Order: sequence, then structure tokens, then C-alpha cells
Amino acid sequence: MILNGIFLVVGEARGPVLATAPLSFWGGYDPESGRIIDRSHPALGEPLAGRVLVMATGRGSSSSSTVIAEAIRLGSAPAAIVLSEPDPILVIGALVASRLYGKTCPIVMLSTAEHVRLARAGTVEITEDLAAARAVLALR
Amino acid sequence: MIHLDDFDRALLRGDHGPAAAFAMELLVAYGEALGAPRFIDVVGAHVDGCLYHGQASLDFVRRLRNLGGSVRVPTTLNVGTMDLIHPELYRGDPAVGRAGRELMELHQALGCLSTFTCAPYQTMFRPTFGQQVAWGESNAIVFANSVIGARTARYGDFTDLAAAMTGRVPYADLHVAENRRGEVLFMLPDDAAGRWSEDALAVATGYIVGERAGAAVAVIVGLPATMSEDSLKALGATAASSGSTSLFHAVGITPEASDLVAACGGSDATVVEIAVGHRDIARALARLTTVPDGAPIRAVALGTPHFSLAEFARLMPLLDGFAPAPGVDIYVNLARDTYAELDLRGWRNRLESFGVTLVVDTCTYVTAVMRELDGPVMTNSGKWAHYAPGNLGIDVAFGTLAECVASAASGRVTRRTA
Repeated sequence: MILNGIFLVVGEARGPVLATAPLSFWGGYDPESGRIIDRSHPALGEPLAGRVLVMATGRGSSSSSTVIAEAIRLGSAPAAIVLSEPDPILVIGALVASRLYGKTCPIVMLSTAEHVRLARAGTVEITEDLAAARAVLALR
Repeated sequence: MIHLDDFDRALLRGDHGPAAAFAMELLVAYGEALGAPRFIDVVGAHVDGCLYHGQASLDFVRRLRNLGGSVRVPTTLNVGTMDLIHPELYRGDPAVGRAGRELMELHQALGCLSTFTCAPYQTMFRPTFGQQVAWGESNAIVFANSVIGARTARYGDFTDLAAAMTGRVPYADLHVAENRRGEVLFMLPDDAAGRWSEDALAVATGYIVGERAGAAVAVIVGLPATMSEDSLKALGATAASSGSTSLFHAVGITPEASDLVAACGGSDATVVEIAVGHRDIARALARLTTVPDGAPIRAVALGTPHFSLAEFARLMPLLDGFAPAPGVDIYVNLARDTYAELDLRGWRNRLESFGVTLVVDTCTYVTAVMRELDGPVMTNSGKWAHYAPGNLGIDVAFGTLAECVASAASGRVTRRTA
């Protein structure tokens, strides 16, 4: 199945889907160990590197911008993040990392219905449709 | 797409230097993600990015500095990792201390003012009613919006400094009048002011507002009309800790809330109403205390947000005849400017004669300053009580200023009827 999304941060990625509850990167993710550390989060202990994080939105403090930038720098960030509501805090963190370190974490926004479809998928490949300026998500 | 005017395009082109172009590029992406229609000017900024969170914060400011950048509007700085006036107080990892100090100095090199306070509204750079500003730090944001009636959205890592470097922000969130209308109405009991001390009522109300309203604009009815600015500061700081409150209207007190209709943005407004009872207030206070009354304490922490001169004026008479219990450390966080004022009044010597540690430029819950952390800490701050158990791994007890002083003298959590 193919879904069309909007890039908040442009980039290509592929990986297994981790669909979960909104995560605050600040206080919720340790970029050094690369694992979710929020004790109240359903995916506590899960690593994010190499996976496509699918959640409705980000959550919590603006300090999450620095934490995601740190995770990108250290290679422990998700392969991509797919949201159903824009999250300016994650967008800024990913953009700063791309400018400072030359690597980033693409962030895509999907409609709620398509987001639900993606959440049930096993793997996803995200590519850029340059002509239409859209994100193309191929589900497997 | 967000609309760019001539000045915005000039910034992006690099007409005002490569650092401003970098900052503007970030703000355009930020504005797009917010769905903002255009940019507006701000008259000042308050930057929260000088507290070290990792290599990325240092690399970002270094990049702006290496690009030859400087801020375009008056910009105050939030707390950093170190007390630069008393660096010997720092007890943390020396590498983090060095990085923290470099981060603070790099911000100064960009032209930011060395205020290093979470209470920029207590400095001469306090904005006035209706002014558009770009502020970081949750307690400062809620104070600027609610108590002053200035207008700021929720800035934070990278975006606050980007706004300072350009003087431009996306026209969205609480910059826009329509987004400032009350959405959730909290009705306090009629006799709230009679039953509770002002300190406790402010913190409990803040806790309930943050927890129940989340990020929505809160309207509060039933606070005493004489409530002090310091109590409103405590209310906002607590609400921004238990929730994400960025604006509250206290009817009859704050400037956009002359009456209920004004606070809700017109008579046709729809608001959710929540009745707050005395039991809710008691429960909120209980959530900020993790040890029973009478438990021995190790320290008292005051000044989160930074203690104002008016708060020191309340504290000084409470110290008449005071002697701290052995083994109880007392800390007060404050801004450099206030520290200088204490000297002029002769209060610094008197406070230090009681063994009070005055912590400048930083705060006891975000950095390693406190000497011993092997027992509970008493505080008059809802924010400190909310964050310290997680940040520092300790037990806490919230109390009024008078209770904190009484507990410092007895060495145990001591309650007083206000």
C-alpha cells in the first residue's frame, strides 16, 4: 500500500514501524543508551535507532528539541518519525541536527486515517516525490 | 506557505549575516509547522538555552558565534549550569561544569545580557502590557502572558535564540489575541482566601490548573484581589510544572481579566467549568509533599523561581530570633541584580550570618549545588517540589515561607496555622 504525506523535515528512510503513544524525548528518551526511559510510557526500554516511530504527536517540554538533536548526533534517533499533528519542537531539533551534523531524522505528517493504517504496517519505506513535493510511504 | 515580507527575505538571503540567515531558516520551518500565516516583530527575547543539556546545545551556539552572529533585540538569559559568581558551589561533573560555563559565555558573546535568571520580569528588561516578546522558560512565559499581559508563545531550545537573532517570530499561538481567550474556568470556594494562606492557595491553585487544564487558557475566579505578584508568580510556575499552562486569567486581578466576560473573550464564549473544593486544594498540596509532618529535614530550598526583593523583605523579619537547626542547610536562588540589592540593604551579611547559601545564576533543582542530599528538603516552591524528586531523587515537603523558616529552626517538617 502507498500513502502520501507531507514532509515537515525532508529525508528518505526505511525501517520497521514502532507505533506507540506520544513520547516526550526530554525525560523520556536517553540518547546515550538509545532507549525509552519514561517509566509511564508503554514502550519503556525500547530502542528507536533504525525504526520508524509512529505516534500522533510529540509531548512535553521544548527541551525535547535538544534531546532529538543529541540522538541524531549520536545515531540513536529513529530512522524517521511519522505524526498526525505537526510538532514544531521535534521539527526544530531535527533541522538543527541536519545543519550541524549533516544527518537528520525525516519527519512526516499523515492524515489521521492514514496514520492508523501505517500503525498496523510491519515496515515502511519513505521516499520523496520531488515533482509533487510530497512524502511517499510504501507499507510492507 | 508562511508569508515572508521584504525584511524576512533579506534575513534569509543573508543580508544581515549568515547567522541571522540560519536562524531565520529555522524560524520559517517552525512557522510552517505551527501553520502561522506570517511573521511579526518582537521587542525582546528571553533565552532558556544557556543551561547545558548536551553537546548539541553547545554546537548550536558555537555555530552562530562562528558565523559572526549577534542578537538583534535586547535578550535576557535564563539560568545556566554554574553560579559564575560563586563557582566553588558547583559539585557536579567537572566536564559538565566546563561545558556549562562555556555555553553561558558563548551566549554573552552573542550579545545576550548576563541576567542568568528565570525571572526576567524582575529585571529592568520587564516588558509592558501588550508588547510582543519571544520568551523561553515556562514560568517566565506564563508570567509575561498572565501577570503583565505581554504576548509570547512557548519558545524553547533553539527557537528562543533564533527569535533573538532575527527579532522575528511566527504570528501564532499566544501572540494572537483570539488565542488568549479563557477556555477552562476554575471556580474556587467562596471562602478560599479565609481558609488557606496566600502561599498555599497560590501553589495549590496552580497545581490544579496545570493538571486539569493542560495547555488550555485557564480562568480563575475566587483568588483574593490583593494577591501579590509573587503569589501569582508561584501560581504560574506551579501550573507550568504540573501542566503546560502558558496563560491564566485571574478575574479581577490580571490585566486581561477585569471581569469574567473579558477573561473569556466575550459573552458568547464557551468554556468548560470546573468547581474546585477545599478537598481538591488539600489534595494538591499533599501531592507536593512526600514525607509526613514532623519528619526530619536536611535542607530548605527557596527561590524557585528566583526570589524577588519583595520576597526577601518578607523573609527578613521571619529571621528575627532565628537559629537554624544543626545539619539543616538553607538555600535561596536569586538573580545577580537582586544579589547586588541585598548588599546595598545589608541583608546579604545578615542572611549569611544564619548560614544561608545564596545561589546566583542558577537553581538548586537543575544543577549540582546542594551539599548533602541524604534527607528530605522543604521548599515554598510548587515547581521545586514537583521536579526535585525526579531530578535529584529526593523526598520533598511543600510549605509556606513561614513554615519553611519554622522547619529550618526545628529541623523537622513543622506546620503553622497561617
